[in-house]
Amino acid sequence: MIKQSRQLLAGPYIVWIIGFIILPVLMILYYAFTDAAGAFTFSNVAAIAEPIHLKSLLLALKLGILSTLICLVLSYPLAMILNGLHIQKHSFIVFIFVLPMWMNFMLRILAWQMLLSNNGIINTFLQSLGFSGINLMNTQTAVVFGMVYDYLPFMLLPIYNSLVRIRKDIIEAAKDLGANNVTVFFKIIFPLTLSGVISGIVMVFVPALTSFVISDLLGGGKVLLIGNVIEQSFMQGMDWHLGSGLSLVLMVFVLVSMAFMNGKGKDGEGTAVW
Amino acid sequence: MNKDFITFEHITKSFDGETVLDDLCLNIKENEFMTLLGPSGCGKTTTLRLLGGFETPDSGRIFFDGKDITTLAPNERKLNTVFQKYALFPHMSIAENIAFGLKISKKSKAYIDDKIKYALKLVNLDGFEHRSVDSLSGGQQQRIAIARAIVNEPKVLLLDEPLGALDLKLRQDMQYELIRLKNELGITFLYVTHDQEEALTMSDSIVVMNQGYIQQIGTPEDIYNEPVNAFVADFIGDSNIIDGIMLEDRMVEILGTRFPCVDEGFGKNQPVDVVIRPEDVELVAPEDGIIQGVVSSIIFKGVHYEIEVKANGFEWLVHTTKLHEVGSQVGIQVIPFNIQIMHKPESSDEEATEIDD
Repeated sequence: MIKQSRQLLAGPYIVWIIGFIILPVLMILYYAFTDAAGAFTFSNVAAIAEPIHLKSLLLALKLGILSTLICLVLSYPLAMILNGLHIQKHSFIVFIFVLPMWMNFMLRILAWQMLLSNNGIINTFLQSLGFSGINLMNTQTAVVFGMVYDYLPFMLLPIYNSLVRIRKDIIEAAKDLGANNVTVFFKIIFPLTLSGVISGIVMVFVPALTSFVISDLLGGGKVLLIGNVIEQSFMQGMDWHLGSGLSLVLMVFVLVSMAFMNGKGKDGEGTAVW
Repeated sequence: MNKDFITFEHITKSFDGETVLDDLCLNIKENEFMTLLGPSGCGKTTTLRLLGGFETPDSGRIFFDGKDITTLAPNERKLNTVFQKYALFPHMSIAENIAFGLKISKKSKAYIDDKIKYALKLVNLDGFEHRSVDSLSGGQQQRIAIARAIVNEPKVLLLDEPLGALDLKLRQDMQYELIRLKNELGITFLYVTHDQEEALTMSDSIVVMNQGYIQQIGTPEDIYNEPVNAFVADFIGDSNIIDGIMLEDRMVEILGTRFPCVDEGFGKNQPVDVVIRPEDVELVAPEDGIIQGVVSSIIFKGVHYEIEVKANGFEWLVHTTKLHEVGSQVGIQVIPFNIQIMHKPESSDEEATEIDD
């Protein structure tokens, strides 16, 4: 009886999951495999092979991987520095890095527009120093800038968390057994933060791969990612069937990359996404 | 056993302006099992960490086998530490944990495999090579931590309250294991604990510390039978500490009654602290006692009864195997040899410092 009444408490969540996750996915599946007349077809999924779609998918993979790598290279040393500060209130650090997220996402990206544009702050500054201005706006570089800026906390926080969790006496034990600082890093610290690194990679790579707003605003329509193609087929082309088909392909990429990273992080503790 | 192997010379250390060790001097002999004993905050762990290299003293020097190691990094010292919470590497197997130090010193694979087998046998955990750290109990983890330290053949093993997290039975077993290990390995042990029984059981010599000062150094028997001040007497075992007046040689007045004792040289009519161990107080028929009192409580402790007797305004703590009724009249008798007389500290500060000379 008690078990049953407890299970009832899960009711709202089940309704949520069915209404907002399972049904939409089923609808995407339905649209992906039918044409406008409602007949079964593979052509929506196969459309990924068309050069324009394939090109946008490869570009999304390229920029996604690049942003993830830059986030990782920036975050790991930063996390180590923050951890080394011996600040009593760890929550304060988390607060500082989450603070920008309280601002509207659009505003943050629009701010980058102002910074990067041809008459923007960066170019004005360069010109005042006597350099010729550089064209930053509407380039792949601008999109990567935006992605790194936006997703950095998602890389930093899991790495920082796994660093904080390493007990000080474990590091002391390694030194006691003869390890110098380099050995301590590669044999103890890095292996113990691997699960945090993997969480960070998944949490940056997946949204970067599927992003379309950043590429829209900072790429000015010149940087066409697979996310933009899908958005356009839904919103402008009104071709829900094509959009669903391409979404399905993208979903496969996301699932494969998550499964791959999850396999890598098996021995890590706790911080993995799933 | 007679050579000074490690020397602390006038070590002072403070954290955030609070002095933890003040002008500490200490010699440790080769192959000695020395225990640093004291309440928390007395500086015993800091002393150990200074030797391990995890802290640097504000002033003073530390010598190890004749060499000054005061500022040497932990990985350059020929000693190993067993940490309070074991500090095993959670991402490595037991074998990898034990091999860690040996791999760093670039020993051959055959040598390392041999050593792992030997160390696991020594701590009675044969065949645990491929187990994970999580699958071991606290006592097993502690033994692995010891194995991981001793495979490197350190000249000194530092142990920081290594049994603190274990339950009583396991703790007693591990005490015997440690004594056996010490005898088999023939190396110097520096052991930190706040548990006086542990210290008495295992040590060749005990250093009693309080508030950053050494109170007394001696064998377990010395420390227990001849405490030099009230702090040591109180910290090591139970005791009756009573104000007294040394009337003359071999005669002390306690609670208005004259007790014959064996101490001499205190002068006439000097105020002193008198220590009498509870097992040294004999309860006899009222007319045979030096003073008389009434039994006020009895607690059964297994081996003995813990009895409180109110006599001359003082609650006497008595350990005896004979049962007495609460409320009954008893006489108290102490043989002269069991009365320990100590100088009174002249100030509360001196209680901590007076042993330095």
